[in-house]
Amino acid sequence: MIEVRELTKKYGELVAVDSLTFKVEPGRIWGLLGPNAAGKTTTMRILTGYLPATAGQAVVAGHDVFDEPDAVKRVIGYLPEVVPLYPDMTVAGYLAFVAEIKQVPKAQRKAAVARVLGSAGLKDVGGRLIKNISRGYKQRVGIAQAMINDPQVLILDEPTIGLDPAQIMEIRELIKSLRGEHTILLSTHILPEVTQVCDGVIIINEGRLKACGSLEELAASFERTDGVVVKLRRAGADEAALFRGIPGVEKVAVEGSEIRVEWSRGRDLRDDVARLALDRGLGLREMRSLAGIEDLYLKIVSGRSEP
Amino acid sequence: MSNVWSLVKKEVRAYFGSPIAYVVMFSFLLLVGYFFYSLVLWFNAQAMQMAQNPYYAQQVNINEMVFSPLFHNMSIVLIFVIPLLTMRLLAEEKKTGTDELLYTSPLTVGQIVVGKYVAALVLLAVLLGLTAVLSVFAFVLGNPELAPWLTGYLGLFLMGAAFIAVGLFFSSLTDNQIVAAILTLMTLLLFLLLNWVSSLGSGAAWTKVVSYLSFSEHFEDMTRGIVDTKDVVYYLSVSFFGLFLAHSVLQSRRWR
Repeated sequence: MIEVRELTKKYGELVAVDSLTFKVEPGRIWGLLGPNAAGKTTTMRILTGYLPATAGQAVVAGHDVFDEPDAVKRVIGYLPEVVPLYPDMTVAGYLAFVAEIKQVPKAQRKAAVARVLGSAGLKDVGGRLIKNISRGYKQRVGIAQAMINDPQVLILDEPTIGLDPAQIMEIRELIKSLRGEHTILLSTHILPEVTQVCDGVIIINEGRLKACGSLEELAASFERTDGVVVKLRRAGADEAALFRGIPGVEKVAVEGSEIRVEWSRGRDLRDDVARLALDRGLGLREMRSLAGIEDLYLKIVSGRSEP
Repeated sequence: MSNVWSLVKKEVRAYFGSPIAYVVMFSFLLLVGYFFYSLVLWFNAQAMQMAQNPYYAQQVNINEMVFSPLFHNMSIVLIFVIPLLTMRLLAEEKKTGTDELLYTSPLTVGQIVVGKYVAALVLLAVLLGLTAVLSVFAFVLGNPELAPWLTGYLGLFLMGAAFIAVGLFFSSLTDNQIVAAILTLMTLLLFLLLNWVSSLGSGAAWTKVVSYLSFSEHFEDMTRGIVDTKDVVYYLSVSFFGLFLAHSVLQSRRWR
């Protein structure tokens, strides 16, 4: 649905995006990750036809972004990094305007505005001026305008930024509910968001593709070992020695009040670790998967992988 | 076409949804009302005196003595008012990031430019239309000729339209509204005063060319009821050129 080949964007001497290639299948939600200034926003701007690329090709919903920009613009919804709002308009008035310029047929405009007001949770503020609503509502108006033309492809640049935790949950649920009918590419700084919402990730740094695939695929190719971190009533060398005794465990390390237990990828020793902790009465307080998205992300961005 | 219309509606609503339109209309009407009032007083005094002499009495003409100077004054005020109306048109969109919405919608750059231009023309028409109310008094109480009055307003509208195109171009260059307004004002003043050179060169060819470019040069006849094609063509060309430049500036984003 979104296909990018050898995409390059230069601002003068500065290379913002460097021969980027990736592909997003229809109906899936993909996250675009990377540090600040990695080229996320530039990539999205090229995909939406806001910026021209220096070289390369981008195809969205079967149309080339450079050859048929209008065809692409008709079928996409885009939430830019800076939400494009007119402060002196009412929320409903603004959405009606966006429906007009996105060429939603006249007969369907009213229904479209009502639909996005409902799905973005804006029913109560429809008649208020945009300048008078809170940051969270403004963000939701941004998401609502992106959905007004019932787009095949949604491109969201940091959709949950500036929202409170409850609103973040709501927006995530909203995005998840769009899976299947819509293809979504979203950029984010919040890593757990990716694990909760996305089917796959594209990680870029300094304009170059660092990794692309589902989380499991990435973990498999970047991490040689799998493991858990266990939190015990007391974590010391004695307890570590006990874990080292489990057949298959390769590495055990004490980290403060926690113990890190690793084994080679492909096995699953989580039950054994838990059973040991319970049988020996070690006071198991917490147990979590080792290969968190944070570790994986840092590893990929810095270009380090396990030996 | 419907795209342009959507933009026009949005822009006109933006003018009237914020204080800009009202402040501009209030100040413009106040000034023009004052000009009209003082011109009518002066005309009255003159007419009284001239009526004493049968020869001069023939020459008492409300069109020449009230409307013609009034239109001139209005054209000067427009030079200061138009930059304030046009400065936000494109600069504000750039500043607030809303241009990203416009450029990622299925709108062409041409539609955006024309939509903005037409919206400002609507405001200009409202502005001039309101001042026409003053003239109603003159028509009820006196008997001015209609034709020169109409051509005067036509001239003001064409001139204002040209000013707006210039303002739109400067608004496309920057994301700073003040910069856009200052550049527009300076350019309009310069073009207004270009015909001063005609007094320098004593009929040399270059002075004629330079004065031809002056805004005021083409307005004179219209206030007297004469519509010369060359004047109309001049204002339309300036409008077209301004829009063309604004379009080129915005379009250049595509290859930068």
